[in-house]
Amino acid sequence: MADAFILDAVRTPRGRGKPDGSLHEVAPVELAATSLRALRTRNHLKTTAVEDVAIGCVDAIKDEAGIGRWSVLAAGFDERVPAVVLNRYCGSGLEAVNLIGAKIMAGQIDLGVGGGVEHMSRNPMGASGFAPATDPLLAADFHFVPQGISADLIATRYGFSRRQLDGYAAESQRRAKGAWDAGYFAKSVVPVVDRNGLTILDRDEHLRPESTADSLGKLEPAFAKVAKLAGFDRVILQRYPEIEQLQFFHHAGNSSGIVDGSAMVLLGSRTGAEQAGLKPRARIRSFSAAAEDPTIMLTAPAEACRIALKRAGIGVADVDLWEINEAFAAVPLFFMMDLGLAPDIVNVNGGAIAMGHPLGATGAIILGTLLDELERRNQAVGVATLCVAGGMAVATVIERV
Amino acid sequence: MATHLTSDVSADGIATLTWNCPGKTPNVFNDASLAEFFAAIHDSLGNPAVKGIIIASAKADFIVGADLTMLLAAKHQTRAQFFDGVLRLQKAFRQLETGGKPVVAAINGTAVGGGFELAMSCHARVVADDPALRVGLPECSLGLLPGAGGTQRMPRLIGAREAIGLITQGKTISAKKALELGLITEIVSKDQLLARANQLVRTIEAVQPWDKKGFRVPGGEVHSPAGAETFTGANAMMTRETWGNYLAPRLATYAIYHGLQLPIEAGCLVETRGFVELVFNPLSQNMVRTLYFSMNDAKRLKNRPKGVPTAEYRKIGVLGAGLMGHGIAHAAATSGIDVTLLDIDLPAAARGKERIGAILTDAVKKGRMTEANARAALDRVTPTASFDDLKDAELIVEAVFETRELKYDMTKKTEAVISPSVIFGSNTSTLPISGLAEASRRPDQFIGLHFFSPVEKMPLVEVILGAKTSEETLAKSLDFVKAIGKTPIVVRDGRAFFTSRVFGTYLVEGIAMLAEGVHPALIDNAGRLAGMPMGSLTVADMVNLDLSHKIRLQTKADLGDKYRAHPADDVVDLMVSHGRLGQKAKAGFFDYADDGTKRLWPDLTTHYPPVADQPSLAMVKRRLLHIQAIETLRCLEEGVLTRPQDADVGSILGWGFCPFYGGVASYIDYVGPKQLEAECDDLADKHGERYRPSALLRQLARDGATLYPS
Repeated sequence: MADAFILDAVRTPRGRGKPDGSLHEVAPVELAATSLRALRTRNHLKTTAVEDVAIGCVDAIKDEAGIGRWSVLAAGFDERVPAVVLNRYCGSGLEAVNLIGAKIMAGQIDLGVGGGVEHMSRNPMGASGFAPATDPLLAADFHFVPQGISADLIATRYGFSRRQLDGYAAESQRRAKGAWDAGYFAKSVVPVVDRNGLTILDRDEHLRPESTADSLGKLEPAFAKVAKLAGFDRVILQRYPEIEQLQFFHHAGNSSGIVDGSAMVLLGSRTGAEQAGLKPRARIRSFSAAAEDPTIMLTAPAEACRIALKRAGIGVADVDLWEINEAFAAVPLFFMMDLGLAPDIVNVNGGAIAMGHPLGATGAIILGTLLDELERRNQAVGVATLCVAGGMAVATVIERV
Repeated sequence: MATHLTSDVSADGIATLTWNCPGKTPNVFNDASLAEFFAAIHDSLGNPAVKGIIIASAKADFIVGADLTMLLAAKHQTRAQFFDGVLRLQKAFRQLETGGKPVVAAINGTAVGGGFELAMSCHARVVADDPALRVGLPECSLGLLPGAGGTQRMPRLIGAREAIGLITQGKTISAKKALELGLITEIVSKDQLLARANQLVRTIEAVQPWDKKGFRVPGGEVHSPAGAETFTGANAMMTRETWGNYLAPRLATYAIYHGLQLPIEAGCLVETRGFVELVFNPLSQNMVRTLYFSMNDAKRLKNRPKGVPTAEYRKIGVLGAGLMGHGIAHAAATSGIDVTLLDIDLPAAARGKERIGAILTDAVKKGRMTEANARAALDRVTPTASFDDLKDAELIVEAVFETRELKYDMTKKTEAVISPSVIFGSNTSTLPISGLAEASRRPDQFIGLHFFSPVEKMPLVEVILGAKTSEETLAKSLDFVKAIGKTPIVVRDGRAFFTSRVFGTYLVEGIAMLAEGVHPALIDNAGRLAGMPMGSLTVADMVNLDLSHKIRLQTKADLGDKYRAHPADDVVDLMVSHGRLGQKAKAGFFDYADDGTKRLWPDLTTHYPPVADQPSLAMVKRRLLHIQAIETLRCLEEGVLTRPQDADVGSILGWGFCPFYGGVASYIDYVGPKQLEAECDDLADKHGERYRPSALLRQLARDGATLYPS
């Protein structure tokens, strides 16, 4: 089996995913093309060598429908470069990287791009429909509850306090601000510019570095009202009958932000890298997908990591740094508890609570962040993982070369 | 020769199809009536002289839907045959609305189920102004769904949100409400109904809104933000309300959800598939049997002893004006019967009357009763402390405290004044009737009338036959129960009779599990998830633990050596010793806050630490329901119960036992005696002999038989 190497990784800044967000005016194709174009220009790619592009996008409708091929062309790639759009919900960006990695490992391509895009201010979460919530048989048979309530269920079930969750969120903000100020993201973030070359956005705009556990502690829980109004607190009893009373702890301040953004990773075989004249930055050791109960929904990353580590033939202790998507504060807390991880090697530069979670793009974003930080610290092994709707998760293990 | 339907064509070509099913029955859909109706539609649409069609009824009601006997018999067909039959109906309705001729439904009386589905297939619905008239689709309340286009046409008329609410809850509504929602075209006075229908049929367009170009579902398409919110919310609410136990509302909503994304013909196919699935589902068949047939049989006293003239009551006496007494007096007074309400002194009796006044005031406030009727009802109640005032009572209901001595005393004092023909009914929930009858000079006229609290809301009366109670007494007592609007079941004497005895097993089994280390939240939630109206621990708190404690001490004293200790006994003792007496004390298994919320008593898990290996939800549910099944089988075996119908009706109306199974006897058949025997033997080995199957279950299992003939 061939090795798959990461040759480069870039991302756009993340714009607030609302009509007043800086990237709202940017065409979704252009948002994806910005990252692709940066890969092309800064690596002086002969794009005819790029044999496939996989782009994760969850709500791939309207201008994001079939966005792969059109963003490739808009980014100035050769017209002979194909592309695919895939959807593993929040894990799509990492899944796209894994798919391109798998094609390389299987010896079917030598150079490709995996990444993702989500223009949430244009196509908000659920814009393409979500049958497990609306279809009466699916919703009843699989006990659908909104993700925020799943996060509250994790906190209730595993005894995380509101203070712990808010403390985690404040720390994410502190770390993100620190990393930005120290320039740790400079290597990967490329500005979004207009056709005149005028900058539209060059910095994540979702951060609230002034947040503290105390200030977050004052926010009203976001999911209590809907849970009680529609009865989601009773739906969870179908699967978790031992819960006496669901606690409502999550709110906008300890959940991931809604943002617009894209990220792309250039991957190649040894031959592909050589022909492109690029030095591999890391090797993909293994990857995995896992699934558990769709009601609690957000606990599978630990299992995905165990599967991937087993396949790589290494243990939890061999991993230097971890990136787990901060969908909700309870997710990394549960993840660290389950795998027995110290907080100082997990999401060391903050995460989606501070900087936002552009669904289809996030997997590629955190993989790039992980690689940058391994290089900065001169460490070797890192794991990126995300929880995924429906109780799924994806994970990727990389090692610097 | 038509027998269900007449067709008249006017000189200017308006065909009036008048439903008039033979005999006393209301108009219903059955094979014969539908065949005639299809032919009539065919003729009217095919006859060029006919310009418009009016559908009317010669009966008091319009059409009340499908003949349920026919649906129960569907199991003798194949699913494919039944599917084809339903589709013929769907197609006929579709032809009616697309035949190019205007069709008006002249709705003179109640139009429900298939009757209202037919009405919605017409281009206009004109309805008689009658406050008693109801329209709607009640199928889901019997475990079915509207199978003649109701799930398609109703949301196309009024939007998904309203339609889901009405259909899944099986709600019928008044004409006024239907007009507000847009379900009907107009309301006119009854004598103008046909005239107005004749005007409308000459003016309206012969096209349904959904057959016009550019039709939009009111309230938004399924895949719009509003639609997504509607269905996501409705799905969760359905689980909240049904605890996931009812298939019919789910399949009805499924037909609405997909049907609204499809042309109406395809939507009707989705609906029909759901309808066939439900009709062939044994749970739906059980629901129809119990909630429709057995319930109506009980209400109409089908099993009343024959040959005894119907007794009528103008005046009764109620002994005891407390919780039960005032409720019984209220039920009688609102049914037009004068009540002498006796208690220890006049102020006590007057307090009972005041409580009746409070219930009546509340009913007026909620619009369920007119002020005049409420006043008249209250005026019928005469409080007293003098037994002499009972002398002209035609029936006595005794509802004093549950002590034998007091009840003896009451019986003697009352019989001293009442006329010799008067029946003496004792409202006891636990004390054997034959024993109480020993105080009576006329034990053949002594009977148990066990009412449920709160009487004004609970429809059941458990009628208990003492050893010497006569058939005539039973018949006349049943007449009384019917006269006050309640539903009776008849049981034979025995400790706690049927309802309290079986329900009690649910309560103590939950408590026993606590002692085994099952988590209290799991116990209480599993009860609800199993389909019981409340968790065991919640009910135990409501009943109050000191009462359970006292009843047990009484039982122990009565039974002596025969008393079998129950693992719940020690738990109740511990609770009582800690002053955890229940909801009344605001401290039982739960702590009760002033705002009405409750949380488990934190010390509970200290006294009964949950074991690490908790039983599965399925196992806890099984234990909570099987223990009731086993006790019901013992009641049948001992002759306390004689018919499974009484077990089903009594369990649903008495303590809310899982209506979706059709009651506790239907549950036994649904699980199957063979499987029930094996599972109960297993539970007996693990948890105690109380689960051990008795002879009747062993025999049913051996014979491959069921309580109801299959």
